Amino acid sequence: MAKDTNPPVTKIINCRLIRDKIIYDDVLYLQNGTIIDPLVNFFECGEEPTRVIDAKGALVAPGFIDIQVNGGFGFDFSQCEVGGEQVYVENMKKIARRLLKFGCTSFMPTLISSASEVYHKILPLLCPRKGSKNDGAEILGSHVEGPFISYNKKGAHEQSTLHNAPNGFSDIAKVYGISETGNNHSIRLVTVAPEVEGVMDSIHDLTRVGITVSIGHSTATTEQAEKAVEKGARLITHLFNAMQPFHHRNPGIIGLLGTTRIPRPYYGIICDGIHVHPNSLRIAYDAHPHGAILVTDAVPAMGLPPGEHTLGQVRVRKIGNERVEVIETGKLAGAVVSIDKCIQNFKKFSGCSIVQAIEAATLHPAQLLGIQHRKGTLNVGSDADLVFLDDDLNVITCFIAGEQV
Amino acid sequence: MRLIIRKDYDQVSEYMASYIKKRILEFKPTPNRPFVLGLPTGSSPIGTYKKLVEYHRKGELSFQDVITFNMDEYVGLPRDHPESYHSFMWNHFFKYIDIKPQNAHVLNGNASDLDAECLQFEEKIKAVGGIELFLGGIGPDGHIAFNEPGSSLTSRTRVKTLAYDTIIANSRFFDGDISKVPRMALTVGVGTVMDAHEVAVIISGAHKALALAKCIEEALIVCDEDATLELHVKTVRYFTNIEKVQAELIGLENVGLQGGIKKYSTPVPSPVRDQFYGVPFKTPFKKE
Repeated sequence: MAKDTNPPVTKIINCRLIRDKIIYDDVLYLQNGTIIDPLVNFFECGEEPTRVIDAKGALVAPGFIDIQVNGGFGFDFSQCEVGGEQVYVENMKKIARRLLKFGCTSFMPTLISSASEVYHKILPLLCPRKGSKNDGAEILGSHVEGPFISYNKKGAHEQSTLHNAPNGFSDIAKVYGISETGNNHSIRLVTVAPEVEGVMDSIHDLTRVGITVSIGHSTATTEQAEKAVEKGARLITHLFNAMQPFHHRNPGIIGLLGTTRIPRPYYGIICDGIHVHPNSLRIAYDAHPHGAILVTDAVPAMGLPPGEHTLGQVRVRKIGNERVEVIETGKLAGAVVSIDKCIQNFKKFSGCSIVQAIEAATLHPAQLLGIQHRKGTLNVGSDADLVFLDDDLNVITCFIAGEQV
Repeated sequence: MRLIIRKDYDQVSEYMASYIKKRILEFKPTPNRPFVLGLPTGSSPIGTYKKLVEYHRKGELSFQDVITFNMDEYVGLPRDHPESYHSFMWNHFFKYIDIKPQNAHVLNGNASDLDAECLQFEEKIKAVGGIELFLGGIGPDGHIAFNEPGSSLTSRTRVKTLAYDTIIANSRFFDGDISKVPRMALTVGVGTVMDAHEVAVIISGAHKALALAKCIEEALIVCDEDATLELHVKTVRYFTNIEKVQAELIGLENVGLQGGIKKYSTPVPSPVRDQFYGVPFKTPFKKE
C-alpha cells in the first residue's frame, strides 16, 4: 500500500526557527529533501517520523547563500587548464563540500574578467545543480563579473580582457558564448558597468535570457546607475568597492541607496571589516536595510591556513583568517572571509538583530535571484537546507537537501 | 467533587498539568494499556499544555503510550485553518510532544459523512477502554465543548448547530466577521464526558464565576481565585481549607492523587499544626 512506501520523514525538535522575521520555538518536518507541512503530515500520514533530531534549542536558519565566490581552498573558478575539465569539476565539488562547514548551502561560482575562450570552456561546467551531502553546496549557476566593466575600476581584473559592446547584446552573448534568445546557459548573474559602450542597452536583453544584472566595477554617475536600475539592474556588486567614492554632490552608484524615484536595488557587501569600514557598512545598512546581501567575494586563499601561498602566478601571504596580501606589493589580494563570519560581523557592525543579519545571507539573495519559493526561508515547500547556530551565530551543524552534514 | 482553588491562572495551569503528569505516571501506561486522555481547546487549557510540554522537555513525562481524544471541531473549516482545532492542538501541544500521530484523535469536521464520523469517534473511545481522564474547560454560560446549557446529560458525540451567542463570541477569532464563523461543529456529548473515569475542569477568570457557581457535580475542578467570586464565602473557605487539612493533618503522603485517603494517622502536635490554627503552640520542653 501507499502507506508502506511513504518516504522517510525527519522531525527536528527543540529548535528556534527563524520564520517570517520572528524566532519561534518550533519543530521542522523534512521529507524528500524538502520542508513539509508538519500538521498535514501528523494528521494525515498517521505514522511517526522516521527520525527525530533534537536541535537542543539551537537557532535554525535557512542555509546561507553566497552569490559571489571566486574560489577557495587554493582553487580558482576562473582557471581551467587545457583538458582539465574533469579536474575542474572535481575541485568545484571539493569547494562545494567544504563550504558546508560555514553553513553555506548554495553559492554562485564567480568568474572574473577572462578571455572569451575561458568563458566558452568554463561556463558550461557551472550549470545549476542540486546540493547533496556528497556533492556539497548547491550551485545556483554562475556569477560572471566582467569583462564589460570600467578600466578605471577594474580592481584585480586583467586589463587586457576587458571589453565593450558596440553591437549591444550580441557582443555580450558572443563573448560569453550563449544564445541571444534562450536561457540554456549557466549564467544567473552578471556584473557590468552601465557606462561601458553598449551595456546600458543590453540590460533588458540580459534579463530576458534569465540573467540578473548587477552594477559594479563601474564609474557610473548616480544618473547612469538609476537609468540602469530602470532598465532592469537589481543589484550593486560589492558596494563601496570598485566604484566612485561617495561625494555629496555626485554620490555615484552609492547614491542609489538614497533614491526615492525608483525602487532601490539590492547591494552586495563584503563584511570582513577590511574591504568596507564598519561605519560605512552601518551607513549603508541604515539607509536600506532590506537590500543588504552578504557576499564573501572569496578568493582562492579562503580556507587555506595562514602563511605563504602561490595563487596562479602570484605569491601571497595570508595573515590570520581575514587578510591576504600580495607579498611583493603588500596590497590586499581579495577577501578570504567565510560567510558565517560575515554574518557575525554584519550583526556587530550594523547593530541589527539576529534575524536581520541572517536574512542578509538567506532571504535577500534568494529574493534577488527570484528563488525565494525554495531557498532563503524555512517555509513549507522550501529545500531542506538548514543551519543550526548558537546565539553568537557560530555554525553548529548544517543540513543540505535534508541530509545532516 | 473536588474543587481546587489557586491564586491565578498560572498556578491553576501548574496544578492541572502536574496533576495530569502524576496521573499518567501513576497509571504506568504501556502500549497494551495506554492512558486515555480527553482534551479541550480554548483559552483555559493553554497554560496547562505549556506546562505539560515543559515536563516532557525535562524528560519527566512521555506521551508514547498516551491516547488522546479531542472534544470538538468546527464543521467545514479547512483542517489547516489557523482557527481549526486541529491547528490549535498542533500548535499548542502535539508538535512539542512525542505522542504517536495515530494516537491523537481529533474529530474530522470535513468528513463526507459527519454522523458516521461521530459514531466512529465514540467507538474508538470504547475500543481503548474509555477515557481515563477528561480535561475540560467551561464557557461563561457553563457550556462544555459545544454542548450549550440545556444539552442532554446523556448526549453523545454528534453534529451541533452553534448557538447564535457562540457564533458572536467566536467571531473574535474570525476577523470579527460573523459570516466567517462556521455554523456547525462536531462535539462530544455531555454523556461522553461524564463516562470518563474522571473529569477535570479548568475555570479561570471573573467572567467564569457564574458558570463555576452553577457547575455540574462529579468533577475535579481547578480554578483561580477570580473564578470563585460568585461562590459563597463559606464554600470557598471550605474547599481551600479541606486541602490544607489534608496536607497538614493527614499528610500529603497519605492522600491519594484523586482525593482518597489511604491512611489516617493521629495528628501529633507539631509546628505545622501551630500555623494551621494560627495560635502559637507552646512546647513544654524546649529542645536545643
